[in-house]
Amino acid sequence: MLRSERIEKKVRTLQNRIMGIIPLGGTHERSVTQKTPESTKTLRSCNVNSIPGDMPGPQMVAEVLLSSLTVAIVGSGNIGTDLMFKIMRSDALELRWMVGVDPASDGLKRAADLGIEASAEGVPWLLSHDTLPDIVFEATSAYAHRAHAPMYSERGVRVVDLTPAAIGPYVVPTVNLEEHLGLPNVNMVTCGGQATIPMVRAVSRVTDVDYAEIVASVASLAAGPGTRANIDEFTRTTAGAVAKLGGARRGKAIIGLNPANPPMIMRDTIFAAIRQDDDRDAIVQSVRAMEAEVQTYVPGYRLTADPQFDAGRVAVFVEVEGAGDYFPTYAGNLDIMTAAATRVGEMIAYHSTVPAA
Amino acid sequence: MSYSDALDIRVTDSCMRDGSHAVAHQFGADAVRDMVIGLDQARVPVIEVAHGDGLGGSSFNYGFSRVDERTLIKIAVENATYAKIACLVLPGVGTVDDIRAVRDMGVQVVRVATHATEADISAQHFGIARELGLETVGFLMMAHSTTPENLAQQGRIMADAGCQCVYVVDSAGALIMEQVSDRVSALVGELGDDAQVGFHGHQNLSLGMANSLLAIRAGALQIDGCTRAFGAGAGNTPTEVLAAVCERLGIRTGIDLFRLIDVAEEVVRPVMDSEPVIDRMSLLMGYAGVYSSFLKHANRVADRYGVPGPEILLRAGERQLVGGQEDLLIDIALELVAQREAATAAGQGP
Repeated sequence: MLRSERIEKKVRTLQNRIMGIIPLGGTHERSVTQKTPESTKTLRSCNVNSIPGDMPGPQMVAEVLLSSLTVAIVGSGNIGTDLMFKIMRSDALELRWMVGVDPASDGLKRAADLGIEASAEGVPWLLSHDTLPDIVFEATSAYAHRAHAPMYSERGVRVVDLTPAAIGPYVVPTVNLEEHLGLPNVNMVTCGGQATIPMVRAVSRVTDVDYAEIVASVASLAAGPGTRANIDEFTRTTAGAVAKLGGARRGKAIIGLNPANPPMIMRDTIFAAIRQDDDRDAIVQSVRAMEAEVQTYVPGYRLTADPQFDAGRVAVFVEVEGAGDYFPTYAGNLDIMTAAATRVGEMIAYHSTVPAA
Repeated sequence: MSYSDALDIRVTDSCMRDGSHAVAHQFGADAVRDMVIGLDQARVPVIEVAHGDGLGGSSFNYGFSRVDERTLIKIAVENATYAKIACLVLPGVGTVDDIRAVRDMGVQVVRVATHATEADISAQHFGIARELGLETVGFLMMAHSTTPENLAQQGRIMADAGCQCVYVVDSAGALIMEQVSDRVSALVGELGDDAQVGFHGHQNLSLGMANSLLAIRAGALQIDGCTRAFGAGAGNTPTEVLAAVCERLGIRTGIDLFRLIDVAEEVVRPVMDSEPVIDRMSLLMGYAGVYSSFLKHANRVADRYGVPGPEILLRAGERQLVGGQEDLLIDIALELVAQREAATAAGQGP
């Protein structure tokens, strides 16, 4: 294929993607979710603020493509490795470095096999290069990220933080990402937060929500040692973000680990307190629109049923099936973190290359 | 081996925690005060008070408490002169903040509950509880769902984290006789002097008392009961029956049996909506290994969606749901509705 043809194809792909036809994060067969014109219309009518307002013309799109941002992943464990596959599928991000601390790590080996510069010599190695990454995705631990963060900021490297360190503000792509796109460090909340906060927002953008509660059920095999050792961190962080980002006055989060065999796919239930006279159709429409928005970066995100209305509340039932990149598909809790982080990176890339209006 | 010089076993009464399920968490302040006074006068050594799903359990998912559990706990602490007040906490629902708060209110025993195979989520809670000077108990819930060997390993994780007594918790009332003693023995063998072993039984297969006795014979030093069987599912091992059986066998519980029999009849029974019973639903829970506190939720969801309650429970068993996943009972009901509608549509097709 000629270079000009290649660019033209990429432009077309990105245009389609921005129009919501092809999900960000890849066009590989299992992730493609075709949207009907109706669902696109619904999306617009809800005035979704996370879709970029200015649709770029072909010229601008070409500019985006020619200046995709360079990326390093720090942390070559499960999360970092799954993230690697997702970033590699992205046209807006160019994965150049994979950094770990364990030479025997499977993630580093896989990265090297895929032609990515991989090293077990940690962040100092990464930052010793003449060319530094535009964005670092940190998939280590809160402790490690607190140590790394000043090194990144000294050198002007932006960070998407997947650890619980939360040095930067919490971001959920469909909810509040646009507010924070210019910041040097953003944090991905928790898996349960990524899966549920969009739905809390879907309700709170239609009506006042005094209280929202989320219940996350995760397969035991998909809950890593970090989560297990500090499960309160999940409960507190998610509850806080359900309120702050979700738009509820008070938030509560419950997480349960289920050892069923075969492992259960991640499930989330979102309860929101509503009033008797609230417009139920508007809530359902908003929830369905949000489902479609999240599906643009997590194709396996779906409602298992229509929202259920009972006295004083609406309940939304969600299943999150992973893309099966490095994690098994049941580990939707881990997949939604890496998929959402990739989406954040893509939005940063888009934001930083589109000239200010 | 005995619990102490004075007691062969120590009994904890949970009718103000497990019983919370049976009244959909609608305990009033007066009821709790009266029951605490009654049980305390009957020399029940430990009384557990909390939302049925533990501290922080008041929620859409499990049901909101009518009176804040901390208010009830405060009343319990104020009215107990002999008994220690205990609280339950499920990591993932309640947090160490809850543990700190109830400790400041005078609670002396904290019981940390996890699913039988997930003990490692409790380490932080045991560590902090011990630092705070609390006595600790670990609950391995749904103990029927794993082997004695696995249960012993999980008990080891709890003991190493600071748990002083690991309970075999038959949340589904599904364990049968030797299945209890095998589990208790495995834990006693694993833990040795590092921690005691306890047993918490339910009546779904009518074995709460018999299972408790086998647990004692296998070396359990702490046993749970609920006065008048006031607990989830078909109810729990009745504390007054446990006290009577133990007295006949010369096992010292320190409980004033005749006073407790009166309290069961005159104080606790009037608080209950109905006597726990082994009916179709609760029997199926024991048979299918379903978490006992699903009972009221399954009944409500069955009414709401017009689907059979027993079918909900059986599917909950098939899906291997664990304690805490009450939200998925609604999901099962919706699945049944969808299947019914699909079947109807197929029946009307060409």
